[in-house]
Amino acid sequence: MIRVQREDFDVGAEIARIKARRSDIGAIVTFTGTVRDRDGAVAAMTLEHYPGMTEAELARVEAEACARFALQASLIVHRYGTLEPGDNIVLVATASEHREAAFEAARFLMDYLKTRAPFWKREDGPSGARWVEAEARDEAATARWSKEPAAKQP
Amino acid sequence: MRLLYFAWVKEKAGIAAEEVAPPDGVATVAELIDWLKGRGPEFAHAFARAEVIRAAIDQRHVRHDAPIAGAREIAFFPPVTGG
Repeated sequence: MIRVQREDFDVGAEIARIKARRSDIGAIVTFTGTVRDRDGAVAAMTLEHYPGMTEAELARVEAEACARFALQASLIVHRYGTLEPGDNIVLVATASEHREAAFEAARFLMDYLKTRAPFWKREDGPSGARWVEAEARDEAATARWSKEPAAKQP
Repeated sequence: MRLLYFAWVKEKAGIAAEEVAPPDGVATVAELIDWLKGRGPEFAHAFARAEVIRAAIDQRHVRHDAPIAGAREIAFFPPVTGG
């Protein structure tokens, strides 16, 4: 499942929802990305996105993860709008029978959404506003997955 | 076709969305960018570093050599920085 929203999310509540009414899950991995201040340089961060494509791209990334890993459930929640240091930005949760698939899939989802999901961060601080630049290491992290076999791992 | 601009491409171009009808001969994303650059100083500025600008056709990422025939919506934006 994917959600794009302005509101905050509650990681505990999301885990409870994933587990509700089922007993076949043995492992849940969550990743939460938050707004990081850089020595007082970031007073606020605004996330712009491309409504429509954002949902489509996150759904494609999630479908790819489900095809690669033996997942019983997955969730991507990504916020947009203006946030402050310490605020949540993104949640990825993956559930599987055993921990390996959940760990790997969570990493895969984050690597892919970093380079595919159409969001742009603008930082506002004492010296004005600046658009955050994409990092080459994020592209490298995504490229790493294309070299690995797509076979499902237990 | 409808064009959309995001983040600093939108700020530099000074516009978020518009309807355009490019002339015949504008067949690819790269040719569309070249045509847009000729429409005024704002667009020349926004697309000055064309090689770093990413594009999507009908909400899917495409390369600059992608054909634009039949496209309903084309978006231009900087490399994404979500997550």
